[in-house]
Amino acid sequence: MSAVTSLPTYAPKDFASDQEVRWCPGCGDYAILKAVQKALSGLRTKKEDYVFVSGIGCAARFPYYMNTYGLHSIHGRAPAFATGIKLANPSLDVWLVSGDGDLLSIGGNHTMHLFRRNVDINVILLNNRIYGLTKGQYSPTSEFGKKTKSTPIGSLDYPINPLMLALGCGCTFVARTIDIDLKHQEQMMLRAATHRGTTLTEVYQDCNIFNHQSWFYASQKDSRPDNTVMLEHGKPLIFGKAGDKGIRLNGTHLEVVALGNGVKPDDLLIHDETNLAIAFALAQMNHPEFPEALGVLYCDPSKRPYDELVKEQIDQAIAKRGEGDLVALLNEGDTWTVDN
Amino acid sequence: MSTDTQATSRHVPTQQRPSVVIRFCGDSGDGMQLTGGQFTNTSALFGNDVATFPDFPAEIRAPRGTTFGVSGFQLQFASTEIFTPGDSVHALVAMNPAGLKTNIADVEPGGIVIVNEDEFDKVNLKKCGYTDGYNPLDDDEFNRRYRLYRVPMSRLTRESLASTGIGVKDVDRCRNMYALGLVYWLFERPLDATVNYLTDYFTKEKGKPEIADLNVRALRAGFNFGETAEICTETYQVAPAKLRKGRYRRISGNEATALGLVVAAKKAGKRLIYSGYPITPASELLHHLSRLKQYGVRTFQAEDEIAAICAAIGASFAGDLSVTGTSGPGMALKSEAMNLAVMLELPLVIVDVQRAGPSTGMPTKTEQADLLHAVLGRPSESSVIVLAAQSPADCFDTVIEACRLAVRCMCPVIFLSDGYIANGAEPWSVPGLDSIAPIPVQHMTENNNPVEGGPVLPYKRDPATLARPWIIPGTPGLEHRVGGIEKQDVTGNISYDPDNHDHMTRTRWLKVQKAADAIPPLKVRGPESGDVLLLGWGGTYGAITTAGDELRKAGHSVATAHLRHLCPFPKNLGEVLHNYRSVIIPEINLGQLRLLIRAQFLIDAIGINQVSGRMFRVEDLVKKTLEIMKQ
Repeated sequence: MSAVTSLPTYAPKDFASDQEVRWCPGCGDYAILKAVQKALSGLRTKKEDYVFVSGIGCAARFPYYMNTYGLHSIHGRAPAFATGIKLANPSLDVWLVSGDGDLLSIGGNHTMHLFRRNVDINVILLNNRIYGLTKGQYSPTSEFGKKTKSTPIGSLDYPINPLMLALGCGCTFVARTIDIDLKHQEQMMLRAATHRGTTLTEVYQDCNIFNHQSWFYASQKDSRPDNTVMLEHGKPLIFGKAGDKGIRLNGTHLEVVALGNGVKPDDLLIHDETNLAIAFALAQMNHPEFPEALGVLYCDPSKRPYDELVKEQIDQAIAKRGEGDLVALLNEGDTWTVDN
Repeated sequence: MSTDTQATSRHVPTQQRPSVVIRFCGDSGDGMQLTGGQFTNTSALFGNDVATFPDFPAEIRAPRGTTFGVSGFQLQFASTEIFTPGDSVHALVAMNPAGLKTNIADVEPGGIVIVNEDEFDKVNLKKCGYTDGYNPLDDDEFNRRYRLYRVPMSRLTRESLASTGIGVKDVDRCRNMYALGLVYWLFERPLDATVNYLTDYFTKEKGKPEIADLNVRALRAGFNFGETAEICTETYQVAPAKLRKGRYRRISGNEATALGLVVAAKKAGKRLIYSGYPITPASELLHHLSRLKQYGVRTFQAEDEIAAICAAIGASFAGDLSVTGTSGPGMALKSEAMNLAVMLELPLVIVDVQRAGPSTGMPTKTEQADLLHAVLGRPSESSVIVLAAQSPADCFDTVIEACRLAVRCMCPVIFLSDGYIANGAEPWSVPGLDSIAPIPVQHMTENNNPVEGGPVLPYKRDPATLARPWIIPGTPGLEHRVGGIEKQDVTGNISYDPDNHDHMTRTRWLKVQKAADAIPPLKVRGPESGDVLLLGWGGTYGAITTAGDELRKAGHSVATAHLRHLCPFPKNLGEVLHNYRSVIIPEINLGQLRLLIRAQFLIDAIGINQVSGRMFRVEDLVKKTLEIMKQ
């Protein structure tokens, strides 16, 4: 297989563009950029076959810092641009990086339809629960009652849960990770990259200027073990500093239980990433009642991607009716000849 | 070619006519569009020049018998070259009182009116507002004014199909074919084409040979009724027209647009992607193109108008010939994405099949009031190329021209059509593929940076056209980023430099202006200088051209010219305008081209404006032009 040997090998720095990164110092986006560059260097896709697409916002500057093809589009519409790219050339590896305001507020409609169609695109949602680029208004993932510049006495909007949205729309790969954990991010990106169909990877990202510490309950060394649970397919859901707590299915509900006193790991919920009902339940585990799930919540490789189906319809039409004859098309229907 | 008509001997005298205007009207479920379409096809195959005007409500099935549910189809067929479906109706076929009521005003005095008498009962008369027992068919004044033929079509259709044993519901659906048969007899048309159509459609497509048979029987029964009942005292003949040599077919504007796009893609050696969201009157483009998969055409029904254009831009970035199509409300939604395409400097064709607005307006009625929106209607300094088609068949040539300019100039091109030409049809001389010039497309494959090892320069322009290179993802070594943020010329890197922004703004504008290098000069019909130039654009071509011809015939010094290129204008436009004492601009808007002409050429152009959802009547244009000339 000479094709395999001719495939390139890359270092993470090969994916860094010559543009100076202009995010605020300390922004979580830096870590995510690094994780993505690291993950891509571990894949054997040619650099020229990647396209990074984004909407508007801090996160949407992402493509400028990737030494790949990139399209920085308009607010909320990145899923539509990405879909168009994939329709034109399904062999491109299309990644969509944008924020919570872009993908869930102004672009909510397009995000929903991207998930529904299962276009083979990897979505990385940089969720910082705030509008950064417009300087600090509440976002669709901000918690109820959030005090911001546009909600001085507290927001009255209930937040949207991006994972629930994705699962509800039929997204075939749904995962969550966190900016401070480079290794886990890289793992999630690699999983997403190999999945055929739309993937959503939500990244808890710290905006250290307008919403600092928003995710601290899940990101800090001392708080993280008790407030998050790492999902692994086929493994029981165990968490806590001492690994002494778990998630158990009780009837139709999940509950937090302490291990010991007769409760064994075998009694806990065993993660099955192919089970949609379980994925919904995990997506609804919210702090502080539950530890929040990190990892792959759901993965269904059986549903065929839209772009593949579109290509197949065209191939089948050509196989069935032959390559279209333009002269015949122009002369279709009743024609008559004038000879004079 | 026909055996169907000649079999019978005619008992009534025949009158020759140079042209006839017929209108079929009835409930929107009565099959009037099909009936009119069949008469058009038959006449075109017979060799007449034809022009059609389908006129239907936005409601799919409005309550039966109401005036707002009336669907109409007008056509003119002629032995000479014609440009419009005609002003006054010579023969009206009304399937019910509502149809008669809403259409009778357009029938010329002495015109033929054929009605389905059975539908003129108390209930139906009342439904459309004829009260107190009034029936227009019994009105002496009405009978003096028109040549009225009362035909009990419902009863006769049932009687003639009774022997088939098929249910009354299906039988009643054949009334339109009965009416068509009668009209075929009246105008001495052959039945073959319609018989073939009915057989093909119901047998092959629907798998219902019994319904095909039923319709064919109704058609023949109507024809034979004309022959035997002798209710008409004469029949009419319209001889074939002397069209230019060639092979012809009937084509509507939307069909011609779809075909033009497929041909343009072929000529560019590109795959076509058409991305749209259902909207009247542009949806047909999506329908036509979605059945052409074996031509490699990709269609995408997006979740909304915005997604439709964004997907097209994405596909253009990836290297396809990309097109989105819509009408007024969709144009408004697409503006921001159009501006991105202006900044990305990628080829994109935006089809706007204009309709009466603003907002929902009158979706099935025509208007040409999106011109200023197309030319100027985006925030900031945003130049795009704007073209407009002038007739159904012209949509083919003009949309190919739109694709050519989009690729040449690397910028969005708005192609304006309108409901009148999109739904209207005319004979089209089918072009040979070789007669259409190739559309040269180049994708850069080598780094264009003169400095060895330097980054690719995605905004390094062709000095002749100012177009930037079209570099597509997948090309090794040319990875680059584009976006809506202002960028430095040549490098494409983000730039907030004030001088650069000024330079880029002017460059984007100049690039569009330079498209004029590639567009043909404006031609004039009539004297090259004189009293009046009637200047138009878009769907008014037929009406303006016919009015100009009539005015010249009456001895007036009037020329006509029609603009296909609206931004930029042809280079000789200023010169043409100055050759006439007055410039009159008729438009189906309140004076949008007039505003542009006055602004750019400082000419005191006079408008003739109408915004009624309908095309100009030639008669009105002639009259108004003469009034202006007298002033």
